Amino acid sequence: MPITFTKPRGLTDAPTHYCPGCTHGIVHRLVAEVLEELGVLDKAIGVAPVGCSVLAFEYFACDVFEAAHGRAPAVATGVKRAKPDSVVFTYQGDGDLAAIGTAEIVHAATRGEKITTVFVNNAIYGMTGGQMAPTTLPGQVTETSPYGRDTNIAGFPIRVSEMISTLDGAAYVERVSVDSVKNVLKAKMAIKRAFECQIEGIGFSLVEVLSICPTNWGLSPQESMDWLRDHMLPYYPLGVKKDKTKESE
Amino acid sequence: MGEKVLMKGTEAIGEAAIRANCQCFFGYPITPQTELAAYLAKQMPKLNRVFVQAESEVAAINMIYGAAGTGARVMTSSSSPGISLMSEGISYIAGAELPCLIINIVRGGPGLGSIQPAQSDYFQATKGGGHGDYNMPVYAPSSIQEMVDLIQDAFDVADLYRTPCMMMGDGMLGQMMEPVEFVLRTPRAVPEKDWAATGLHGRAKHNVINSLYLDPQDMENHNIHLQEKFRRIRENEARYELFECDRDNDLMIVAYGTTARICKNVIRDAERDGIRLGLVRPITLWPFPTEAFEQTIDRTHFGYLTVEMSAGQMVEDVRLAVNGRQPVAFYGRMGGMVPHPKDILERVKQMIYQGVK
Repeated sequence: MPITFTKPRGLTDAPTHYCPGCTHGIVHRLVAEVLEELGVLDKAIGVAPVGCSVLAFEYFACDVFEAAHGRAPAVATGVKRAKPDSVVFTYQGDGDLAAIGTAEIVHAATRGEKITTVFVNNAIYGMTGGQMAPTTLPGQVTETSPYGRDTNIAGFPIRVSEMISTLDGAAYVERVSVDSVKNVLKAKMAIKRAFECQIEGIGFSLVEVLSICPTNWGLSPQESMDWLRDHMLPYYPLGVKKDKTKESE
Repeated sequence: MGEKVLMKGTEAIGEAAIRANCQCFFGYPITPQTELAAYLAKQMPKLNRVFVQAESEVAAINMIYGAAGTGARVMTSSSSPGISLMSEGISYIAGAELPCLIINIVRGGPGLGSIQPAQSDYFQATKGGGHGDYNMPVYAPSSIQEMVDLIQDAFDVADLYRTPCMMMGDGMLGQMMEPVEFVLRTPRAVPEKDWAATGLHGRAKHNVINSLYLDPQDMENHNIHLQEKFRRIRENEARYELFECDRDNDLMIVAYGTTARICKNVIRDAERDGIRLGLVRPITLWPFPTEAFEQTIDRTHFGYLTVEMSAGQMVEDVRLAVNGRQPVAFYGRMGGMVPHPKDILERVKQMIYQGVK
């Protein structure tokens, strides 16, 4: 039998610790495939966050940093400035990037750091057990919003892609989803485009990936996909929010 | 012999760092050390090296983490409140064993405090300002020349042991001008940075810069490794100066940094009053030079007087080193006030003539 489907070279053989139905595995694979297809695996340096993907440094088969909570864009800045020929990416969740690390992501973007951020948004803190995130939707029940997120008390969810797209240093920003095969393929295109933007030296690039958390949402993986489509897509519209790669053509 | 130039302390640090081959500087403005960043902002681009003004001290120390992790020689600089913000990152840097140099031009505290010289961050620097069991070498020069000389040594020690190092001055050292000479020193032999995350470039095993160990046995093993390293640093890297200590003295003063310079004047003044004093001056605050006390313990009649610009911090390490064999007394000013030689001499006389401890 010919082998027609293999693990990308960008992933190690380490078994991941992710829950059944979690979409981190898909997003890891997309990043690894893109690094391989662009031929940059050998000069890629990743920065892992704190959160569910804290162990990403064991899964990506390139050199990787494990950063403090929220600080990945600052760490990536140091890496890229010291090694400008490398291809640097951060892989961050919504708690890490949009709460404790808001200053770091905004300033890395506005400086136009030639790095790529893969931002996984599942509207909840996963690793700590399902607390309200800055991206938790109004009315959404979590451990720390047991009556549903009340915007009078807890404020509103942050639309990170739209916010980052207002910054002049941000060159490519797109929001994608991994709720269907079609959207997974689109997500891969976006991630590829974001890395190309970095390699061409145009500026900062970010891809927000809407993802699911069956464990902490209390839903089956299939129900979670439906919930993402019904609730997240209306609040977090998909699409390209910023594209300087076209301007430079 | 090189040429002597008149330089401000903070600018001299910048020039010394450049000459020690510092490749990247990341920092955030804070008084009284901002001229250092301004100097490097001007010089580093001319040399095709990296200068980045970060959005906060928190970001600056994490940029250091990233750049140091690629194997580059890197430095940041701040003052007390900024060092508090950096303490998270310093703990990660110590845990991940990354070499770097952190300049700390200490000002009065707590809180926003004052912008005047102080030594009230001794505990923070030497006992670990961040979380976890770690130490880092802390250098406390007492002149701009010594600060310049110690910069390269501190970078070398950082590389040699894979550790953050701190250069701790105070607002006085940072802001005053003195003639300095940049002497080209032979660097210490340091190991190759084969652990650095540089991109694979054909390497089979991927390098990971990390301080996370989820298995408690792995975490303890890492701690055992770190403690072994700290033991080697304690054995090999402690430095001190003994001034007028090769004689029998009435009293030994213990002081570092700017305070030690003031105390040297006190020693001269005391001789006119027929009082013989010696000075034990720690140059490394961690590792604390306990050996200096073994050498002086039998040559002081009334014990030791520790003088600091703090409420009494280093004095605890002096007591540990002396271990009850001699009395240890303290004199200090706080909040940015600098001790006056007259007042120190008054305290000396109290100890000698009235037996005040």
